[in-house]
Amino acid sequence: MERSYEKYFRQNRLPHLWCPGCGNGIVMKAIVQAIEKEGLNQDNTVIVSGIGCSSRASGYMDFDTLHTAHGRAIPFATGVKLANPELNVIVITGDGDCTAIGGNHFIHGCRRNVDLTVVLFDNNIYGMTGGQASPMTPTGKKATTAPYGSVDRPFNACDLAGAAGATYVARSTAFHVKHLTDMISGGIRNKGFSFIEAVVQCPTAYGRKNKMGSPADMLAWMRDNAVMKAAWDKMPEEQKTSEKFPIGVFLDSSYEDYGNAYEGLIQRIGGKKS
Amino acid sequence: MSKARLMQGNEACAEGAIAAGVRFFAGYPITPSTEIAETMAKLLPQYGGKFIQMEDEIGSMGAILGASLAGLKSMDATSGPGFSLKQELIGYAACAEIPCVLVNVQRVGPSTGQPTAPSQADVMQVRWGTHGDHPMIALAPWSVRETYDATVMAVNYSERFRTPVILLMDEIIGHLREKVELPDSVEVYERRKPKKTRAEGYEPYEPDEDLVPNVADFGKGYHIHVTGLLHDATGFPVGSPKVTEESIRRLHEKIARAGDEIIHTEEYFMEDAEYAVVAFGGTARTAYEAVRNAREAGKKVGLLRLMTIWPFADKVIEQLAAKVKGILVAELNYGQVVHEVRRAAQGKCLVELCGKYNMKSFEPKEIEAAIDEMCARRDA
Amino acid sequence: MKSDITIKLERCKGCGICAAFCPKKVLAVDELGKIQVVNGEACIACGQCELRCPDYAIFVDKKEAAK
Repeated sequence: MERSYEKYFRQNRLPHLWCPGCGNGIVMKAIVQAIEKEGLNQDNTVIVSGIGCSSRASGYMDFDTLHTAHGRAIPFATGVKLANPELNVIVITGDGDCTAIGGNHFIHGCRRNVDLTVVLFDNNIYGMTGGQASPMTPTGKKATTAPYGSVDRPFNACDLAGAAGATYVARSTAFHVKHLTDMISGGIRNKGFSFIEAVVQCPTAYGRKNKMGSPADMLAWMRDNAVMKAAWDKMPEEQKTSEKFPIGVFLDSSYEDYGNAYEGLIQRIGGKKS
Repeated sequence: MSKARLMQGNEACAEGAIAAGVRFFAGYPITPSTEIAETMAKLLPQYGGKFIQMEDEIGSMGAILGASLAGLKSMDATSGPGFSLKQELIGYAACAEIPCVLVNVQRVGPSTGQPTAPSQADVMQVRWGTHGDHPMIALAPWSVRETYDATVMAVNYSERFRTPVILLMDEIIGHLREKVELPDSVEVYERRKPKKTRAEGYEPYEPDEDLVPNVADFGKGYHIHVTGLLHDATGFPVGSPKVTEESIRRLHEKIARAGDEIIHTEEYFMEDAEYAVVAFGGTARTAYEAVRNAREAGKKVGLLRLMTIWPFADKVIEQLAAKVKGILVAELNYGQVVHEVRRAAQGKCLVELCGKYNMKSFEPKEIEAAIDEMCARRDA
Repeated sequence: MKSDITIKLERCKGCGICAAFCPKKVLAVDELGKIQVVNGEACIACGQCELRCPDYAIFVDKKEAAK
C-alpha cells in the first residue's frame, strides 16, 4: 500500500495545515508525481514558493525548499536557477501571490524564459488572510473585501503568461488529477518558463462565501465546467458561458532559455567556465 | 609598469566585489549607483559569473538571495528609492541568514529627492528600514581605494556572519575619481559548510560556537528548508515564544559578539585634542581638511572617522566623550549620526550637529566655522 | 472484498471527497469526522477516493488473486 511518491514528502511534517477539503493537497501530490514521472533527482530539485496557503506546500516537500516573501518566489527562483543551472527549479505560487503582488515578476519571468516550472494554485481568493478578493476572483463573486460581489475584471493567467513570453502554458484542475499531473510533467520537460494553472477548491473562504457547497461539490463543479481544449476550440461561442473554462496545453513552443543564452554569452566573450 | 589606475568609487566597488568572489549580481538602474551594475555586467561574465538586470529593485534583491542560497556570493547595488523598496527582503535575508551585500550609494531624499546630489541621510534607514528586530552591519568608505577594501570586507562579513551587509556609500565617493593601486589578491572568507551529514542529524540552523549556522547550499543533498518565518535549528517555523525569543536574540548576539572586530574607526590629530569632529564617508574628507586647517591655526581639534557605521562605535565614542570638551558631528543630513553620538557620549561632553542638506557637499570652511562656534559656546 | 483499503486516520480531516466520488458508496464520514469503510464488499478498487484525497489518507489496492 505504500506509495512511491511518499518519499517526496517530509513525513514528519504531515498532515498538512490546509483546511478539510482544500484542493492544495491534491495539486501538491500531482507535482511530486510529475517529478517522479520525469525522473528528477530529489537532491537536485528545489521547490520555491511565495506566501499564502499554496506556498506552504514547500515545507512539506522533501527537497531543498525555499519559502520566500509574498510575491517574490519567481525572482528568488531566477537567482537559484542562474546560480546553479544543474538544479531543477519548481515554483509554487497562488493567484494573489503570482498575479497581484508578484505580477511584475511573473510577466518578466515569462519574458526572460528562465527555465522554471511555475505551478499556480488558483483558488480565486486570498485564503491565508481569510478570504479577500484576488485578481483571479471572477467578476460578481463574493469575498470579504467584495461583499457585494467583485467589481474587478479578473486576469486570465494563462493568456497573460503566453502573451508575456512563457514557452509552455497549461491549465488543469484538482478534479482532473491525472490530467493535472500530465500538464505539470509537460512543464518540467520544457526547457524554459513553464506555467501551469491548477484550479483548486477553497471550500472555507471562496466556496462558503459563494454558496458552492461541499468540497466534493466544488470538485464536481470543475468536472462539469472544465472543457478539454480540443473540445473548447470547436465549441460554439454561445455555449462558452461565464462558468465554462478550457483546460489542457495552450502553448508548447521553444525559445532559448535565459540561462542557456547567458552561458552562451560567457563562452562568446571567452569568460572563465562558471 | 605602474599598476596605478584612475578609477571611480563605483567601479572600485565592482572590482572589489569580483576580488572577494562575488559571482552573481542582480540590479536595477538607479542614479547614482548605476555604474556598479554596468561594471558588473561587463566583468562578471569574464569571470564566469552572472549578471541580471531585473524588472525592479525588489526582484533584484530576491534574485541575489536565491543565488546566494544556491551557492554564489551575491551582490546588488541601489540608491534611496530602490533601497526603500528592498527593505522587506533585507529583513528576509537577516531572518533566513542569507549572505549578501547590498550597496546603497546615497542621494538626496525623501522620495525621488535630488537624484544626482550627494547626501548621507539613509543612515537610520540602513539600521531600521526593515521591520522587526534585526542586527545590521554597514560600512562607509571615504575614498576610492577604501571602497575596494570595504567591498571585500562587506562580502567577507556577509559570508562569515550569514547576514546582509550594507555598503553605505554616498554620491561623493561613488562618483569620485582617484588614482588607485589595487592589490594582486585579497583575503577571502570562504563560506562555511555543514559539519554533519543528514544521517548524523544535521540541522541547517544549528549555530556554531560563534552563533552562526552552517546552512548548506542548495543542491548538496541536505534537503533544507529556508523561510522568513521565525524558525528553530531545523529551519522550520515554530510558533513558540521560546523559539522566537531565542532566534531573535541569536541574530543580534552573533553580530554583537564580534563587535570590536568589525567596528573600524580612524583618528587624526587626536593626541592632545580638546574638541573632535566625527564624520564618515565623503564628508570625512572635508572634515579632515577642516581639522588640518584648524590645527594649522593652533586649535586643538581632531577627527574621528567612522568606517563602520553599524554596529555603532559606542565604546569609541564614549571614550572620546570622556576625553574632549565637545564633539561636532558633520553629516550631510538633518541630523542622524549625531543622535547616536549623543547617546553613546552619555552626557560626558557637548555634542553638536553640523548638518547640511542642500545638494552640496561640505566645504572645509563650513566645518571650520562650526568648530569655532562650538568651541566659543563651550568655553563661554 | 476485491480490494485492500488502507486509511491513515491521523491524516484524514473528514472532508468527504472520497465518499462523494465513490461509485459504490463504500465510504462514509463517521461521527468523529474521520472516514470509514461502511460497505467494503462493494469496493471495485477504482481508486477514485485515493486519487482526490487531499490529505493522502486513503489507499486502495486490488487484492491479488493468489491471496
